[in-house]
Amino acid sequence: MKKTLLLLCLSLDCLAAEPTSVRQAELRHLLKNDCGACHGLTLKGGMGPALLPDTLQGKPDEFLVNTILQGRKGTPMPPWKPFMTADDAHWLVQQLRKGPQ
Amino acid sequence: MAFNVHAELRATGDLGLVIEREAGSALIVDTTEHKQLARIDKLGDLSHASVVFSRDQRFAYIFGRDGGLSKIDLLQDKLDKRIVQAGNSIGGAISQDGALIAVSNYTPGGVKIFSAETLELVADIPAEYADGKLSKVVGLVDAPDQRFVFSLFDAGEIWTVDMSAPKQPKIEKFKNVGKFPYDGLITSDGRFYIAGLFGESGLSLLDLWEPEKGIKRILPDYVKPDEQLPVYKMPHLEGWAVADDYIFVPAIGKNEVLVIDKQSWKLVKAIPVAGQPVFVMARPDGRQVWVNFATPENNKLQVIDVKTLNLQSTLTPGHAVLHMEFTPRGENVWVAVRDDDQVLVYDTHTLKEIAHLPAQKPNGVFFTSRANKIGF
Repeated sequence: MKKTLLLLCLSLDCLAAEPTSVRQAELRHLLKNDCGACHGLTLKGGMGPALLPDTLQGKPDEFLVNTILQGRKGTPMPPWKPFMTADDAHWLVQQLRKGPQ
Repeated sequence: MAFNVHAELRATGDLGLVIEREAGSALIVDTTEHKQLARIDKLGDLSHASVVFSRDQRFAYIFGRDGGLSKIDLLQDKLDKRIVQAGNSIGGAISQDGALIAVSNYTPGGVKIFSAETLELVADIPAEYADGKLSKVVGLVDAPDQRFVFSLFDAGEIWTVDMSAPKQPKIEKFKNVGKFPYDGLITSDGRFYIAGLFGESGLSLLDLWEPEKGIKRILPDYVKPDEQLPVYKMPHLEGWAVADDYIFVPAIGKNEVLVIDKQSWKLVKAIPVAGQPVFVMARPDGRQVWVNFATPENNKLQVIDVKTLNLQSTLTPGHAVLHMEFTPRGENVWVAVRDDDQVLVYDTHTLKEIAHLPAQKPNGVFFTSRANKIGF
């Protein structure tokens, strides 16, 4: 049982630390402006696909976090790893799943 | 009622628009007085926007991200007409005769052409490149002989459309122009259309005087795939620069401005700059080229001396320098600084700031002098 719990904790949800409120504001700014440059201010898409809860449905957190951090080869999506941690990316995915606020 | 003789007379040659990204509004500005005359609201999602002007310079047409096409009356400070013509669009152009407005769309991928007067649909050109597949369209420009030219991002094609007979658009397609053309420009004489490639090195050239010769590739081995840096903002070729027989374009995936000889189409020099260039724009006389950058270097502007092809100066206008526009003869340049909520005006000779105007998250500046320029 103990082992199972430990394994579960290796999933991103368990390990992700919530960014500070200052960092959250920075990430929101980045989402609106830098992500928004290709995915649209309202995240309905542009050069990049829409990032609305509906369009993200069925795509696992880990896949989305990886896409943010590593980018996607063969597409214009660049890796954002130089600008954020895995925790930051995870928090961004959670925001995207909640939809535009 | 009789004409009000006390009303202030206004001409439009000194006017322009500043786009306010988040508010979805536009400021009508006077470029001589450096002041705001009016704000026009309810223009939709302007997170990406561009503007063309009617040839009488009375009307501005704004192409918004959400497929919105808004016609602004610069004399009456009002929104004259507005339609939402697609789900997602990227830019537009006005025809040689001023009668048609063309819009390039991502969703559904294609070009729609409207009456400049009424905004009624004249022609719908889906960018179909394979069994029902539509491509995103980029790099739409006007060209002589009542044509439009544009690139198909997903398909790697360049199309020209002759609108001499508006009801029967004549389309010519150039295939295999290169992977992922991301934007296009046309030289000021209307002769050369050049598309920048994202998916591979170099640019694709179409000589509109000799279209039968097909596409010529420029700098095909300039960027090696393994040395391309991640691109944090797609460069723009609108406002491309030609000066002294050279074309200045942003390198993609490199911190360089490329100088290409307009006769041989060979690389003259790669000028190292502060970051990845987004806009590379020549002062109207061609003496300087101004460059802004993708994040994280988007607090800077650099000025290239065209005589020496070296950097002349680095300016730090503020946070998120997104766009710039020269006054018609180039004595000033207006700079949109998004995160500082202002537009700065520089004297291009002294490189000193001479004025600033408040604006909410400005991301673009467009002056009516564009009305008389091919490709703008």
